[in-house]
Amino acid sequence: MRKKPTSKLRQTTAAGWGMASPAIVLMSLFLIVPFILAFGFSFTNQRLVSPNPTEYVGTSNFSQLLSFDILTIEPKKAESGQLIRDDDGNLTYPRVRKFTRKNPNYPELKGMKEWFSWSSGDDRVVMLAKDVIFIKALVNTVVFVLIVAPVQGGLALLLALLINQKMRFINIFRTIYFMPVVMSIIVVSILWRFIYDGDDGLLNNLLSILSFGYFEPIDWLGRTDTALGSIAAMSIWQAVGFHMVIWLSGLQTIPASLYEVADIEGATKWQKFRYVTWPGLRNTAVLVLIVITMQAFALFSQVNVMTRGGPLDSTQTLVYQAVIRGYEKQDIAGGSAISVILFLIVLSISLFQRYLTREKT
Amino acid sequence: MSSPDLTLDRIKLIMRYSFLIAVALVFVFPIVFMVMSSLKPDLQLLVDTNSLRAFLPVGDISLDNYFAIFERVPVIRFILNSIFITGTTVALSLFLCSLAAFSFAFLDWKGREIVLAIILATLIVPFETIAVPLLMVVNNLPWFGLDGLTWGWLNSYHVQIIPWIADALTIFLFVQYFKDLPKDLIEAARIDGATWFQIYRKVIIPISGPVFATAAILKFLIMYSHQYIWPLMVIQSEEFRPVMIGLQYFFQLNVAWGEVMAYLTIVTLPVLVFYLFLQRAFITSIASTGIKG
Repeated sequence: MRKKPTSKLRQTTAAGWGMASPAIVLMSLFLIVPFILAFGFSFTNQRLVSPNPTEYVGTSNFSQLLSFDILTIEPKKAESGQLIRDDDGNLTYPRVRKFTRKNPNYPELKGMKEWFSWSSGDDRVVMLAKDVIFIKALVNTVVFVLIVAPVQGGLALLLALLINQKMRFINIFRTIYFMPVVMSIIVVSILWRFIYDGDDGLLNNLLSILSFGYFEPIDWLGRTDTALGSIAAMSIWQAVGFHMVIWLSGLQTIPASLYEVADIEGATKWQKFRYVTWPGLRNTAVLVLIVITMQAFALFSQVNVMTRGGPLDSTQTLVYQAVIRGYEKQDIAGGSAISVILFLIVLSISLFQRYLTREKT
Repeated sequence: MSSPDLTLDRIKLIMRYSFLIAVALVFVFPIVFMVMSSLKPDLQLLVDTNSLRAFLPVGDISLDNYFAIFERVPVIRFILNSIFITGTTVALSLFLCSLAAFSFAFLDWKGREIVLAIILATLIVPFETIAVPLLMVVNNLPWFGLDGLTWGWLNSYHVQIIPWIADALTIFLFVQYFKDLPKDLIEAARIDGATWFQIYRKVIIPISGPVFATAAILKFLIMYSHQYIWPLMVIQSEEFRPVMIGLQYFFQLNVAWGEVMAYLTIVTLPVLVFYLFLQRAFITSIASTGIKG
């Protein structure tokens, strides 16, 4: 059959590379090269402008970012061994600085700062980190993902079930629910600053009306305990329509005959969801969760427009810190190291997804 | 003559619609607030947020904010810049990504699988994490323009276009679509002696309308609505600025909120109108990103 397999193969290889090469060249130059550069910079002390030549520094950027330690501080004691109490009767402790600055007894704590602390008996236990802002950014990002992935995925499924009913005008509602998706995240973030405003915000006014004036206005973006949650709520509002549509396309792949059988068997609505709909959505569920997780790990624009990481670093995120360090502070090595840590997290999640959706043979 | 059953059904139906409408309000209220506020003077705008008046065109209504933003910002210039950048990128992206996808889907060549795998792996890289190294790359590239050979791409249209042409999602969408097309068509054309490029142009393009629409819409949204940090990094001079960067002009000492709302309305309304006309295509385009082979 095949007369000249080699020459034909060579011919298609030339044509194949020829047609694919413009896109390959562009992607290499503008995506893969920067990616490799980021990887490389993370092992150096590269800065944007520096009088000294760039040097290889091994993994010190990473140990700088990731090292933390626990320090137990005993309360101050008088000569007699009695605990010293302040005027309010509280125990007093030596300052953390005493241990982390030039203290020859604690060389491993040098340069560390307090992250948070708690009491254990009379002692105070302090969690220390070399780069507290980075650690906070890492924790915030993970918290954000853990809030947004289930809530947004779940709400999107509810909306999809709502829209999947056979009713007149249902497409109008689908169109409206999807509308925020086409809006710019920058525009949305600016608008929501009005909603979250501490004095005359729309949300405070709404809650005040609903509670007949009992509700005390909250500065949603100005408090450490509400800022990240507020950004999460807005992000869910903006993107939930996107995932509603993905769930819808999953719902429509479930054969109608399965529901007919369930009807004949006299299944309740819940039973139909539990035994027909949900099993049919397994792959969609994995996909939706993964896409949301990836998007949530990349949280940047909302923070950039609404809080710039504040108040007190409560909305710092990995990508925001990567940009701030690499661009505004011109610490390219530090920014790149954060990027690499983010790549590794996201890569392991996507490998986990591969594992979940693997072909079962 | 209505039976109790029928009344019950009617009540159920009304409750269902009320719920759908309540949910719809959650999604539209910021947009209504934006448009209404853009028509009000600053003082009234801020007072009105205390009541439902925030969502109504009441009080001192005028287009003054719109006239004011044209004074403050070269709006037309920015809109034209955005249209030019978005249009060029979408067109080049559709052409080069579909061409590459054609090669990945139909041609058998050495290295094909590994190259495609690498391209798809880049899907998980958030743009912001490579923005600074990319900035260093484009800052060292040559360009032949009206001034002859110059180095560095900052402050130009092409720095906002060329890095955005090829991307993994667009290639992925085309590959998925092409793989489902009947192979016989290609083989018949090969036997007739058509070249690969002729097959791409005369056989594949005419039957690939839906995937071109999908890819165009997604790219349009990325380029027009979501482009922000990159132009901030690479554009200093006003003449090349896209529309989203115009927002920077309003957040100086005293924020004129009425003007901000007018500007937000001007940049958002075209997209919303575009969306409302093509909503079916928009929604299928998102849905198709979710269908995995």
